[in-house]
Amino acid sequence: MSTQLTTPVNRQSVSALSQSKGEPAWLEGVRTKGAELAETLEWPTPEKVRISRWNLTAVGSHKAQAAIASVDELPEALRGLAGQSPAGLVVQRNSARVLHQLTPELAAKGVIFTDLETAAREHGDLVQQYLFQAIPQDENKLTALQSAIWSGGIFLYVPKNVEVELPLQALFYSDDAEATFAPRVLLVADSHSSVTYVDNVVSTYGESAQPITKQSIVEVIVKPGAHVRYATVHNMHDNLIDLTIRRAVVENDGRIEWIIGDLHDGHTLSDTQSLLKGNGSTSDAKVISIGSKTQQMSLTTGAVHFGRNTESDMVTRAVMKDGATAIINGITKIEKGATKSNGQQTEKVLMLSPKARGDANPILLIDEDDVKAGHAASVGQVNPEQIYYLMSRGIAKKDAERLIIYGFLAPVVTEIPIEPVREQLQRLLERKLEG
Amino acid sequence: MATHFKIDGLKAAIEGKEILKGINLEIKGGEVHAIMGPNGTGKSTLASALMGHPKYEVTEGHVELDGEALLEMGVDERARAGLFLAMQYPSEITGVTNSDFLRSAINARREEGKEISLIKFIRLMEGKMKELEMNTEFMHRYLNEGFSGGEKKRNEILQMMMLDPKIVVLDEIDSGLDIDALRIVSNGVNAMRSEDRGFLIITHYQRLLNYIKPDFVHVMMQGRIVKSGGPELAERLENEGYDWVKEELGIVDETVGQV
Ligand SMILES: Nc1ncnc2c1ncn2[C@@H]1O[C@H](COP(=O)(O)OP(=O)(O)OP(=O)(O)O)[C@@H](O)[C@H]1O
Ligand SMILES: [Mg+2]
Repeated sequence: MSTQLTTPVNRQSVSALSQSKGEPAWLEGVRTKGAELAETLEWPTPEKVRISRWNLTAVGSHKAQAAIASVDELPEALRGLAGQSPAGLVVQRNSARVLHQLTPELAAKGVIFTDLETAAREHGDLVQQYLFQAIPQDENKLTALQSAIWSGGIFLYVPKNVEVELPLQALFYSDDAEATFAPRVLLVADSHSSVTYVDNVVSTYGESAQPITKQSIVEVIVKPGAHVRYATVHNMHDNLIDLTIRRAVVENDGRIEWIIGDLHDGHTLSDTQSLLKGNGSTSDAKVISIGSKTQQMSLTTGAVHFGRNTESDMVTRAVMKDGATAIINGITKIEKGATKSNGQQTEKVLMLSPKARGDANPILLIDEDDVKAGHAASVGQVNPEQIYYLMSRGIAKKDAERLIIYGFLAPVVTEIPIEPVREQLQRLLERKLEG
Repeated sequence: MATHFKIDGLKAAIEGKEILKGINLEIKGGEVHAIMGPNGTGKSTLASALMGHPKYEVTEGHVELDGEALLEMGVDERARAGLFLAMQYPSEITGVTNSDFLRSAINARREEGKEISLIKFIRLMEGKMKELEMNTEFMHRYLNEGFSGGEKKRNEILQMMMLDPKIVVLDEIDSGLDIDALRIVSNGVNAMRSEDRGFLIITHYQRLLNYIKPDFVHVMMQGRIVKSGGPELAERLENEGYDWVKEELGIVDETVGQV
């Protein structure tokens, strides 16, 4: 059967791996179910990007990694990405966690911040309670397969009323294209808690590494009155296909903020949605992306309004160079009964090359009358009048273009509330734009 | 060497339509020249052709700034050579702050490694903004974005003051300015008058020339300078309009490039 061939793992292989790692029986059950589901389900079908044509089956195999004692043992290029003394840090190298730190103060308050594998062993009830609550295991082939093969990952639980001031950080890096790279993130912010989580997803291969597909699933549960800020910056080599699905379930008066830097060099599926279940819940998403060479990207932000008085705002800005393609979808869905809700979205694409392609697709699906919804989308080139104006002040053409390109991204970049993330993004933007 | 600017037989076309039909004009350091003329007679086209706007094709003529052939230079080179054009309709540029823009413009005139320090730049900019009675908040605003008509004009003059050009072309710098702003902007221009700077001021109104006293006044029609004189010419135009000039020269339609 053809579907069989497209599935790189099976029931037996995931079960054997789970047992060899000494995972709890329930988790082994989850994985084998995922492997079975993956055999019959189809890959996601985002607008105008046939991801099924990508080489999605090279997911590598599990490899154990030796733990390190501190950030100092990381490769030099990565040290700066671990944050300056964050409140908590988890580092994952390929398939496994290699470093874990959490301040005793936070631990004493009941904050759990560790890799998801450890959490599955030590906090099995909590993990089982929330796993798949935002993204069902059987949604498609990707969600199923990821549930079977994930390793490492993050589990964050913030108890009721606990406010975590400093960002908790994670660093996921791949330096071996034969090893599975499939982190799974589960964040739970209990009632009236607040937390900022930042991760960097990078690769550090030598010259030419073989193709590999990274599958990640991020689930965020925002309980009533809680506030979660989630920032992530992806920046990997072009041999790697990045498939990432992020989804938050937001209860009454909860708030989720997404900050996403899709600065990866390879094919990218990046799908970020907020399910505004509770009344008064809100979501804010900011996405920055740069496409270069021949990479294809499908970037989606979405907000589904179920509760009354819910608000969502989504902004995506992408700069497309060379022969890159990006299909940028914004989906605002307002369900019947979500009265007084407000959903806004903007997608803007700046094209730097005639061979690049950028589509902005705003989609509004509104089933309730008493709401506000708006969208703005544009695809354009650098305006020659603006170049002329800057040059008329003595600025050379190349510098004028740079000012305008950075200016295009600036309204989103400057709004990023976490300074180190903003700076890291700025650095990568420069690298990818100049490169 | 004292500034010397010379336009010689300049012809320019846009989309194949000839708009400038041979302009001759000489401006020396210290002089203020005013160009007046009805709408659509080629005044802004002259300004744009001098600056090197890509849409305007120079078909004939020669322009020299201090012995250098201006028309051979790129737009940015002309600016660095000392030409400044305060535009009738300045562009808005989102995401680029006024201060980042001006700092880039100043540094473009300096060698690498000799860029102006941030402190020095801010002091300079704040000082000039004070002279123009601009709120320093405008430093951090995106370039011209959401500026009122008058604020844009003031911002053009701010740029002129900071870039210290040799030849300044002001295209309708007075349009959209209220009475106070007109005085402030004029004071800014007057403060810049010097022996090594020449001005070419395009305006429709004598009012501006009450503040900035011109040495020469030129009338433009049909893409040519059809009459030149002293400040009294501007006064007569203000009082009597253009009909007498047209009559004198036998011009029926003063515009250019119209079908
Ligand atoms: N970009 C352009 N495209 C097409 N026609 C143009 C363009 N720029 C100028 N023209 C035409 O050239 C002629 C002269 O225009 P110009 O702007 O130089 O006039 P002006 O003397 O500055 O007028 P005003 O006093 O109204 O500012 C007009 O007929 C105008 O329509
Ligand atoms: Mg004009």
